[in-house]
Order: sequence, then C-alpha cells, then structure tokens
Amino acid sequence: MFSFCADPATLDRLPWFACYLTTGVHMSFYVAFAKVVVLLLITAPVALAFGFLGAMAARAHFLPVSLLGKTYITIVRGVPDIAFFLFFVIALDQGVEWLRHKVLCSDWDQPVRQGSDFVVCAQAKLPLNSAAQWVHETYGFALAIITFSIVFGAFAANVIFGAMRAVPHTQLETGAAYGMSRHQIFRRILIPQMWVYALPGLSNLWMVLIKATPLLFLLGIEDIVYWARELGGTKSGRFTSYPHGDWRMWYFLVLLVFYLCFTRVSEILLERIMQRLTRGQATAGGEAQRKAGLL
Amino acid sequence: MTSCLHTIQDYGLRSLGIGERLLPREGFTLCEQVTLIGSGMIWNIYFGVLALLAGFFLATALALGKNAHSRWLRKPAEWFIFLFRGSPLFIQFFFAYFLFLSLKSVHPFFAPFTAAWAGALVVLFLNTAAYSAEIFYGALQSIPKGDIQAADALGMSGWSRFRRITWPTMLRLAWPAYTNEAIFLFHATTLVFFSGFPAWQQRGDALYYASYFADKTFNPFIPYPILAGFFILCTLGIIALFGLINRRLNRHLPQEARQKMRLRFNLIR
Repeated sequence: MFSFCADPATLDRLPWFACYLTTGVHMSFYVAFAKVVVLLLITAPVALAFGFLGAMAARAHFLPVSLLGKTYITIVRGVPDIAFFLFFVIALDQGVEWLRHKVLCSDWDQPVRQGSDFVVCAQAKLPLNSAAQWVHETYGFALAIITFSIVFGAFAANVIFGAMRAVPHTQLETGAAYGMSRHQIFRRILIPQMWVYALPGLSNLWMVLIKATPLLFLLGIEDIVYWARELGGTKSGRFTSYPHGDWRMWYFLVLLVFYLCFTRVSEILLERIMQRLTRGQATAGGEAQRKAGLL
Repeated sequence: MTSCLHTIQDYGLRSLGIGERLLPREGFTLCEQVTLIGSGMIWNIYFGVLALLAGFFLATALALGKNAHSRWLRKPAEWFIFLFRGSPLFIQFFFAYFLFLSLKSVHPFFAPFTAAWAGALVVLFLNTAAYSAEIFYGALQSIPKGDIQAADALGMSGWSRFRRITWPTMLRLAWPAYTNEAIFLFHATTLVFFSGFPAWQQRGDALYYASYFADKTFNPFIPYPILAGFFILCTLGIIALFGLINRRLNRHLPQEARQKMRLRFNLIR
C-alpha cells in the first residue's frame, strides 16, 4: 500500500504494522466487516416483513391461514438455534434446484436422490457450473440472508403478534364506533400504536441478530470469523513477507471489541427511539414523560 | 430389530470414545443416525448441567455485586455482565480457545483447557453466569419493599436477612426467566464443536454428528429433525424439572397469587 513497504523485513515495528495491516488480504478482512453490516441492514427489514406477514397470518380469521402463521412461529422458536441455519441453507439450495430440475429437465428419468448423492441435470444447477466466482459468492450470501430472515422473521412475528394484542381493545372499539372498516382500524389505529409495545421485543431481537452474525461462518461465507482464523494463523517467512506467530487470539479480541461497541451503540440508539415512540402513549413511560413536561 | 440393538451397543456411547471406533461411512440406517446423535446429546447435557450448576452461584454473587452500593463491587460486576452479554458466544468460544492455546505454551497447567470438556465448559459457565446475573439483578430490584422492612422489624440483618428473605424472594421472582436461560444455554451448547474446539477422535456433540450425517448424505431432512426431536425432549425435561422447583419456591403463597411459568424461547446468545 505505502511506498516504503517494498521490503518489510527491514522495517521498524510501527511502519511494519502500517504495511502489515494494509495488505490485500487485510483489505478483504475489512470488507468482511462491511458484509456483516450489509447482512444486518438487509436482514432486519426483510425479517420484519416476514414477521409482519406471520403475525397477520396468525391473527387471521380464516382458520387455515391462522394455523399456518402459528405453526411458522412455534416451529422456528421451539427448535435449537444453529441447527436451523445448517438445515435451511442445504434445504433451500436443494429445494430450488429440485424445482428447476422439474421444470427444465422434465425428460430426466433417474431419481434425484441416488444413495448419498443429490443429482440434478446440469441446466438446473444454481448457480450454473459455468458461472463466474462472484455469482457463486452472491448466491451463497443471498441464501444466508434468506435463512436469517426466515428464522428471525418467526421471532419478529411472535413479538409483533404479542404487540398487536397489547394495544388496548377499547382503542379498536372506538375506531369501530366511528364507523371505520376492519381494514381502516388495522391501518390507522392498530399499526401506529403497536410499535411502542413491540419495540422492547424488537430491540432485544436486534441485539440477538447482531450476535448471530458470526454464524455466517457456518454457512460457508467468508466473513470476519473466517478471515480472523486465516490471517491470525502462524505465517512462516517462506510464503509471506510478513511472518508472525499465532495471532488468532488478538484477531478474535478485535472481533470481540467490535461486537461490544456495536451492541453498545445499538443500545443507546434504541433507547432514543423508545423515548420518541413513548411520547403521548397511554403507558407508564408516556405518563412519566408527560409529567416531566416533555410534551 | 436385533441389528438396531447391535448398533446401540456399538455407537450408544461413541461420543465418549466407548464402542466402535469408526463412524459409519455409507448406507446409513435411521437407527444409526438416531443412536449417534443421541450419543452426542451426552455432551450437550454435560455442558448444560455443569455450566448451569456452577453458573448459578457466580450469578448470585454477580447480581449482589451489581446491586451493591460500593463502586468497587458494582463496576466490576457491571463490566463482567456487559462483556459476556454484549458479545456473541461464538466469538467468545473462539477467543477463549486461542487464548488457552497461547497460555498452554506458557504453562502446561492450561493444557486441559484447550480441549472442549474443560475449555468450553469454562466459557459456558462464565456466559451463563453473566446472563443469569442480569436476571437475578432484575429480580433483586423488584423485591417488595415491605418484605425487607418486615425483616428489619424482626431484627434480621446481614446474612440471616439475605438467607431467609432476600435470596428466596429473588429466586422466586427470577425463576420463570431463569428457566428460559437454562433452555437457551442448552441450545447454546451445540456451538461448542463448531467454534475452534476440536472434536478429538470424532467425539462430538449431537449437532456435530447431525452435521456429519448431513454432509455425508447431502440430505438434511433426516438428521436435523432427529436432532430437533432430541432437543425438544430435553427442553420438556428442563421445563418439568424447573416447574417442580418453581412449585416449591412458591409453595407458601395462596393459590391464585402464584407465579405462572411463562416460557419464551429465544435463539442465539
């Protein structure tokens, strides 16, 4: 990166580190941090949407739909954590390939499962074997996002379902007394008021989501955990101009600090949002704000 | 049926290194999968039970520390709790493993900690202590003022007040949340062998074997539901056991004032 980096072996400690920390692989390491943030920024709204749909389904008056919503919430919540991540990635991948196989290669007469193999025709592979490397990486990342969204969507659905029930019923009845339709009550009264009840649960979920991001590593993404293991391992002078001992401990210390800062900042921001949402609500918090003269 | 019994003999204690040495390689039967994954559950139960038992005491101490007036007690407890609750358990496992590896080269005392049975147990113990301490601290804060005043009026103070009034009330208030914590901890034990700690001679936990089968057969639809089944059984066991303790903690209260157990499942710590 810097001009003095040509021969690292001759450098002092400080410039050596300046050079070491700006090598190409370290840049990939820093990009991996961005990947984590991107994953969070995409997953959070998508999971919220999943949660919203799930909660609406669970509240539906039509029994099969309501059962579907409730099953989605219970199954994902009842079964242990990373098993879901490991399961969904393979299951989704195979599901998509199987569907494409059925559509694209309808003349294929062999079974898809042959003993220990999962065989689909070449055109049904996703991404195609001929595709570029970045397509494969993007596909893997997209699968990870969908998996995260499905799992966290169920949790969000549970929170939103509870929040919708926490909105005082009299509020909804007042809406009905004004002659609003069910749809209008839902949109104008229920939705605006439920957020304050949902926020504590959702902020807890956001914290859990942040802490779930290292599991990207298990889904085969080159994320910060992957790079910390790669870069920290002992490097001998034969393969790199920056030989060093086993520094994995320090790399993981950096990750630990990164996550601690991330959760702390989130805590502070969520606290602010809660203050804003509580304003004017008929809850203990809202009452306290009113008495303090904040309104 | 007899072949299944045979399989159980071969693989029932495989996760402890007893029985057949080689894992099945092909033509996996349902019986083999259930037996091996079940055998892996031994590790999950080992980690869960020991971490929970030891963590309980540290958590009580930490909660009292966080509740103390003295800065010197309060700050360390707050920092400890923030450190373990603010960072992912997965990263804690990795960090601890590499930390123990470095310490091992300094002093051989740390050698056992680079193996999962001791190293991961320490991490889980500290982690559950932090999470439980936060629960207990919340409960300490919500002990009714009248209870403490009544103890003062009876001339209790110090240890006897803590032993007879504060602690039982704290446990009673915290118990439903603590039950959830126990369940999460059990779920968290599945992370151990995916986070640096090596599964020596393929002695792993339930998820280790489930993912072994999924990798070998490219079929996630059999091993993972088996794993889920085992965990659901375990969760039901925890709920039953903690429910009994909850009944005992609340036995002096009139029927309708008793605290109902409300179970809320969470995912990753």
